[in-house]
Amino acid sequence: MTLMKHLLGASALLALTAGAALADPAIIYDVGGKFDKSFNQAAFGGAERWKEETGGTYKELEMQNEAQREQALRQLAEGGANPIVMTGFAFGDVLNAVAPDYPDTKFAIIDMVVDQPNVKSVVFTEDQGSYLVGMMAAMASKSNVVGFIGGMDIPLIRRFGCGYAQGVKAVKPDATVILNMTGTDGSAWNNPVKGAEIAKSQQSQGADVIYAAAGGTGVGVLQAAADMGILSIGVDSNQNYMHPGSVLTSMLKRVDNAVYDAFKEGEALTAGINVMDLKAGGVGYAMDENNAALVTAEMTAAVDAAAAKIVSGELVVHDYMSDNTCPAGQF
Amino acid sequence: MEWASFLQILESTIRLATPLVFACLAGLYSERAGVFDIGLEGKMLVAAFAAAAAAFATGSVWVGTLAGIGAALLFAAIHGLASITFRGNQLISGVAINFLASGLTVVLGAAWFRLGGQTPPLTGDMRFADAPLLDLFGITDPNPVIGLIFGHSILVYVALLLVPFSAWLLYRTRFGLRLRAVGENPAAVDTAGVSVVGLRYAAVAITGVLCGLAGAYMSMALSAGFLREMTAGRGYIALAALIFAKWRPWYCLMACALFGLLDAVAIRFQSIDIGVFIIPVQFTQALPYILTVIILAGFVGKAIPPRAGGEPYVKER
Repeated sequence: MTLMKHLLGASALLALTAGAALADPAIIYDVGGKFDKSFNQAAFGGAERWKEETGGTYKELEMQNEAQREQALRQLAEGGANPIVMTGFAFGDVLNAVAPDYPDTKFAIIDMVVDQPNVKSVVFTEDQGSYLVGMMAAMASKSNVVGFIGGMDIPLIRRFGCGYAQGVKAVKPDATVILNMTGTDGSAWNNPVKGAEIAKSQQSQGADVIYAAAGGTGVGVLQAAADMGILSIGVDSNQNYMHPGSVLTSMLKRVDNAVYDAFKEGEALTAGINVMDLKAGGVGYAMDENNAALVTAEMTAAVDAAAAKIVSGELVVHDYMSDNTCPAGQF
Repeated sequence: MEWASFLQILESTIRLATPLVFACLAGLYSERAGVFDIGLEGKMLVAAFAAAAAAFATGSVWVGTLAGIGAALLFAAIHGLASITFRGNQLISGVAINFLASGLTVVLGAAWFRLGGQTPPLTGDMRFADAPLLDLFGITDPNPVIGLIFGHSILVYVALLLVPFSAWLLYRTRFGLRLRAVGENPAAVDTAGVSVVGLRYAAVAITGVLCGLAGAYMSMALSAGFLREMTAGRGYIALAALIFAKWRPWYCLMACALFGLLDAVAIRFQSIDIGVFIIPVQFTQALPYILTVIILAGFVGKAIPPRAGGEPYVKER
């Protein structure tokens, strides 16, 4: 009985202190982990930038498994965090169920559309960014075979692969694009050993440029490519620095901007769908001193010309998720 | 299928089967001595972390290997203490080891390296050389068959040599006879005046060393650094292989090679066009697990575990 009383007292105290810390924004990272050097790390970068500029504080949570999602969301919402940003499509269903219970809290979800009055859905046109790096891959390839390694096999990742394949074919119509996925469950984001093994398999099939869109698994792909002396392409964050001279470029997905914007808007977050496309600076390719020697002026000229055409609407990149087919390659 | 991709699949099989062989033999020693060990996964994980962390700190792959073995030995000692000395439930102790390893590696990694549970990438001497035997013979551009046989990390050969060694140790030596006896009928061993507790601790310690090698291979040869949960269930696959192998060393090698081969095929042929229809990538990826279930259910015959397995030994008074 005494124990019960203590427990109740403690939880009441906890609820009080949680309520006192009013309206801090919060961010929830997906199972890939905050330091995946890729998607989640970009989100972390955005949150840190906001913290630096405003001097505010924010709460953060990392998911360890699928079952924690709803609990984490409710815990943050009840703790008074506002807005709550979450990275990853996997929060979609959970958020759809949780959002109506907290009408005064604003949510932002990245990579997924959730149709609720208090949710901002941020989606990127990865197909456009991947198209651009696909063009670079085709121009850098000597064997006319290039590879793509996705993480978990979901339509979103196929969108990356499909955009990439279209970019490759636009430059070299006769080139071969090998499209592989790491797996079908969450561990596919965190399996560098398998990523490296797939990269070796693609290399043995002739690939000399490999694009990894696979979260933590990509670390293994980039490592294997560097070991084998072939080129790789990073994703989401700028990964050029990881193996200078081996990473051709990185497909940038400005998740950091999305998180930063959401935090900045604060409680006044506008609900609705926010498409971060090439025009809005949501996607692009990375250039810095680590890959300057690998990218020729001819490549940047061609890619920038294509980018201008995409922005103007003259060139339309097929979006895999619009009809679940890819004209340029077979998964 | 052309010759080159056939060789490539075999090469991939060898790489993927090696950690399984280490873990499977590790389980073999422990279970043959009557101590069930579902903590192989956890011991591999903690060894992978300790190896990568020590290799990064000292710049030497060998110090890393020793650290990996040390960490796995420590976890094996915890398992031994709980299940041999204190006669606890071996399965629960094993599960606890797995949870402890999963949490501890990330917490320590985050505290030491501030990379969210990863270790920094390993370079140069912090990793196992790709093909030390080829370097030794001065072969720079081997033909594919030579490369397949000699072009692997040193631990691959250690794993392969451990199989005949284990068979010899278990079936041709006094220590092996006693070790097997202690898993079948510990009372008889005790009557003969041999320490049951001592033998079981010895077996659990060997398990620790082998798990340490498995972990070191994963973080310093197959990849370059530790990533959380990077063992990705290989400890459990090794346990399945152990049952499939009926707790025998040579069968262990074959079972692990089969599972490695299935994994390699799934990686190489993601969508197989067989003319009539295309076998989807999801099926290829599930194939190792489907076959595991089929084999375990149907073709394995009777897999009889060591009779005293899972039971702590209590001396009758």
